[in-house]
Amino acid sequence: MDMKALYLLVPLAPLAGAILAGLFGKAIGRAGAHVATIAGVAIAFIASLVIFFDVQAGNSFDGTIYTWMEAGGIHFEIGFLIDPLTVMMMLVVTFVSLMVHIYTIGYMQDDPGYQRFFSYISLFTFSMLMLVMSNNFLQLFFGWEAVGLVSYLLIGFWHDRPTAIYANMKAFLVNRVGDFGFLLGIGLVAAYTGTLHYGEVFAVASELVGVEMAVTGWNLITAICVLLFIGAMGKSAQVPLHVWLPDSMEGPTPISALIHAATMVTAGIFMVARMSPLFELSDAALSFVLVIGATTALFMGFLGIVQNDIKRVVAYSTLSQLGYMTVALGVSAYSAGVFHLMTHAFFKALLFLGAGSVIIGMHHDQDMRNMGGLRKYMPITWITSLLGSLALIGFPFFSGFYSKDSIIEAVFAAELWGAGYAMVCVLLGVFVTAFYSFRMYFLVFHGEERFGKAHHGHDAHHDDAHHDDDHHHGLAPGQKPHESPWVVTVPLILLAIPSVLVGFFTIEPMLFGEFFGSAIHVADNHVGLSKLAADFTGPVGMAIHGLQTAPFWLAAAGVGTAWFFYMKRPDIPAAIQRRFSAIHTLLENKYYFDRFNEIVFAGGSRALGTGFWKIGDRGVIDGLIVNGSARVVGWVAQLSRLFQSGHLYQYAFAMIIGLFIMLSFWFNLG
Amino acid sequence: MNFVVPDFYPAAAEIFVAVMALVIMLASTFARRIATALAYYLTQATLIVAAVVTVATMDGQVMLTFSNMFVSDLMGDFLKLLIYFSVAIALLYGRGYLADRSMDRPEYYLLTLLMTLGMMVMVTSNHLLTLYIGLEMMSLSLYAMVAFDRESARSTEAAMKYFVLGALASGLLLYGMSMLYGATGSMEFSGIAQAIYHQSANSTVLVFGLVFVMAGLAFKLGVVPFHMWVPDVYQGAPTAVTLMIASAPKLAAFAMAMRLLVYGLFEIAEHWQSMLMFLAVLSIVLGNIAAIAQTNIKRMLAYSGIAHMGFVLLGLLSGVVDGDRHFALNAYSSAMFYAVAYVMMSLASFGMIILLSRAGFEAENIDDFKGLNQRSSWFALMMLIIMFSMAGVPFFIGFFAKLSVLQAVVAAGYIWLAVLAVVMSLIGAFYYLRVVKVMYFDAPEDSAPIHAPADVKVMLSVNGLAIAVLGLLPQGLMSLCAYALIASL
Repeated sequence: MDMKALYLLVPLAPLAGAILAGLFGKAIGRAGAHVATIAGVAIAFIASLVIFFDVQAGNSFDGTIYTWMEAGGIHFEIGFLIDPLTVMMMLVVTFVSLMVHIYTIGYMQDDPGYQRFFSYISLFTFSMLMLVMSNNFLQLFFGWEAVGLVSYLLIGFWHDRPTAIYANMKAFLVNRVGDFGFLLGIGLVAAYTGTLHYGEVFAVASELVGVEMAVTGWNLITAICVLLFIGAMGKSAQVPLHVWLPDSMEGPTPISALIHAATMVTAGIFMVARMSPLFELSDAALSFVLVIGATTALFMGFLGIVQNDIKRVVAYSTLSQLGYMTVALGVSAYSAGVFHLMTHAFFKALLFLGAGSVIIGMHHDQDMRNMGGLRKYMPITWITSLLGSLALIGFPFFSGFYSKDSIIEAVFAAELWGAGYAMVCVLLGVFVTAFYSFRMYFLVFHGEERFGKAHHGHDAHHDDAHHDDDHHHGLAPGQKPHESPWVVTVPLILLAIPSVLVGFFTIEPMLFGEFFGSAIHVADNHVGLSKLAADFTGPVGMAIHGLQTAPFWLAAAGVGTAWFFYMKRPDIPAAIQRRFSAIHTLLENKYYFDRFNEIVFAGGSRALGTGFWKIGDRGVIDGLIVNGSARVVGWVAQLSRLFQSGHLYQYAFAMIIGLFIMLSFWFNLG
Repeated sequence: MNFVVPDFYPAAAEIFVAVMALVIMLASTFARRIATALAYYLTQATLIVAAVVTVATMDGQVMLTFSNMFVSDLMGDFLKLLIYFSVAIALLYGRGYLADRSMDRPEYYLLTLLMTLGMMVMVTSNHLLTLYIGLEMMSLSLYAMVAFDRESARSTEAAMKYFVLGALASGLLLYGMSMLYGATGSMEFSGIAQAIYHQSANSTVLVFGLVFVMAGLAFKLGVVPFHMWVPDVYQGAPTAVTLMIASAPKLAAFAMAMRLLVYGLFEIAEHWQSMLMFLAVLSIVLGNIAAIAQTNIKRMLAYSGIAHMGFVLLGLLSGVVDGDRHFALNAYSSAMFYAVAYVMMSLASFGMIILLSRAGFEAENIDDFKGLNQRSSWFALMMLIIMFSMAGVPFFIGFFAKLSVLQAVVAAGYIWLAVLAVVMSLIGAFYYLRVVKVMYFDAPEDSAPIHAPADVKVMLSVNGLAIAVLGLLPQGLMSLCAYALIASL
């Protein structure tokens, strides 16, 4: 079979599913919608598998599928770049997407927007595939914006809830900030290299070193990388553009798993890895990446500790893990970052879907203070969530261990400015991660059964008052939670398998082998993973060695503390909260980022807008330009009506006059 | 004198259409009862077969025949194919309209075919006289078609104006042609070009002739100040005929400009380029501004057409810069692309007017489009696409047409001209968007459901979607335009 057709099939099959479910949803019904979209994604997954083996056999592809247009010497094209990095992303995206599609059948079964939901997630899969398969910046940007759009639509999926509308608006606006930087970065690339094609840009990238930008005198390559990274900060929710991600949990849980944990938010990580030939040229940009990533990894983890909403805990843990990936990028360990991206996709999707399963069992109550002891009632959810949590905290032999430990080791080895700070952050982060993960685990699955009693009120954002009737909340007194249907548990089991195993089997080829080949470029003057590679003795050796290192003991301490605080002495956290109420308030308010944004940015831009409106719009534009030009236009129009009298002789006269003007003019000229 | 039998092969399509016109005339005389239907289907079949013949005889070579009065080349073939298509579509849209007003007599189709033949001759002319004959053949048919509704005073008046002004323009054109002949001693385009090249032409007489020829050309294109007939005729003629005037003849006029100016008078491009600039600027300014004041949508589209033709001229005038001809291909193909795009949009927009009209009712005021979204959201969407495309909103075909013309203008160094064109388009966007506004935001005055034959509905949808799809994928058509020209430049 022609490989090109197969490449095309991967994004187009989900697109076809999305169109079928979206435009003909009424005609094909609920079952039709999920069959069509699941078939589309399954086809994409199988095709990705075939392509994976083809790439493993040493083939790759970089070519144009369609030239959209050519302007000013720049080609605007749709093209595919199929190399190991792409194909790995394709597999992750299609696999997680397939799991989420199946899971959705159970999770959304009572929702009136069933077909719409399937259409959106298939559309998302298409967009994400276009993003990762692109061989040029234009298509990258298309995919980038398209996933953002679908994310916006899905966060606001329950569009009758004001909080959902607020959240999706927020996600959209914050991403605009990132995208603005991203677009400027692409613009700089196009302006200085004259092409949008990755390969061509990378080929001339070394010539950009030392070039200074006009007017500002900035170092060009640093400016490009920082701007591109600002795009990644928006999409991958890095401080200070992270504020949208926790709120995005307003969307249905399958979305949180697919878009806001496993795939879309990792687009920024993928993009930076893809651009490694550019980032390698600027140490300043790499330090910037490193510091932002480290800050996100640690400080977002802290916030996870004080959350009571089960999905928000997982959301903050996602932020923190994205920080880890970014740190890996910063220390030139791109393959470790991408490796963590992959393992994280599996275990975080698993944790989210597990949380969703708990939410189904709890009849859409998300407050952990109302749970406890669910282990008995939801055994499959319990086991799979435990496995996911162990993977997340980096317990040896689990997939998360391999990826996270590699990142930490790479930070140890790094010599970049900011590496010391990053080291502290990632090490402390391990403890924090273990603590909040197992806090959640113990609160939900162990201990006293707190459901069916008087509710703890939700956060302000989760006030029940405006939820529609389909989402009745919480269990009635005496009611017991129940295990979810098979469409929910099967994806959990299928995701649990890679969450546990994938790291063990893939670390060697991905980090130290030839898997990525030339897809990822590390400059000679950067340590990257080379030091780690020298010490690597195989996955078993690494895990055994891992038992003796600081991260493991920090993680163990985190688990132990969580157990002690929430199982043994639940009075301690409350006491701490009282003692350190200032810190607790700070964390509760998420470091006041939202307040700051609201007052400074939202308030500031409103004031600016009002100012412009008063002076610029009403004064200059309305008064002078609009009304002034409208008067001129009206006057000319009236004049032409005067000439257009309907009298034949006047028409003929106009023609003759025109002729005479032309004659006299060109004769004087000639 | 020896009589050499000319080579008929390159003119196979023209000969076929001419023969079929005679056949239809005879057939409709004898088959009285089914004459109209017969004439309609025969005409459509003729157009299809003519397309097949044109494709079959097309071989990329430049072929001259009939003592070099006739040329067959890629540009001609390409334009002829487009002409068949647009005439066929215009007939399809207009058939029901004519039937409702009992104007569907066989003569109408006969005239259509003769008009088509006239355009074909114009497109393939290699000689001033052939060009003139083709032009007159087309124009005479159109005069008759405008007056086809004999009972309507407005139609008759429009036809009269069209005829008298057309005769005046013809006179100017003929006079100019005689000057060109006097100056160069040749009526063949290549002969004229050679005479100028060898500087054996009297330049005063030449430029004098050029001005007159330009006046005739400007009349056919309908550009300011030779545009006065356009709004009156567009409004006065039955909509089906307006549709005909506003589509294929624009392609023929473009071919006329190419043959006359580029093939014949390329050596004095500096002269005619500045004349075109004069015409283009006036057209774009006046067309866009005057359209704002219109309440009749046919009149509005007439002024919009004047502005669009100004844009086509912008492409034509950017070919030669300080004697440098490197930009010529880009510039002329952008003009051609624009003309093709305009014809597509023009067909669709007048098609929409016909769709909304019915027996005893003309949907010719902008108010008749009020609330179209509530009556038929699909066709409101089609009209939205057409209007957006005409306004030059990305990403519809009209946007790329404007973009490519503006690129040519900028490449030629006329930045001010490009800025003016953009500003005027911006002003022009107002009246296109007004139509969209009344369709979507006003309450319908007329709630009658839309009745139209299925073929019209399908064709109109295809037409509208083509405007959208070609806006997304314009590269193919653009390359085709360039390819059609490159062989004969």
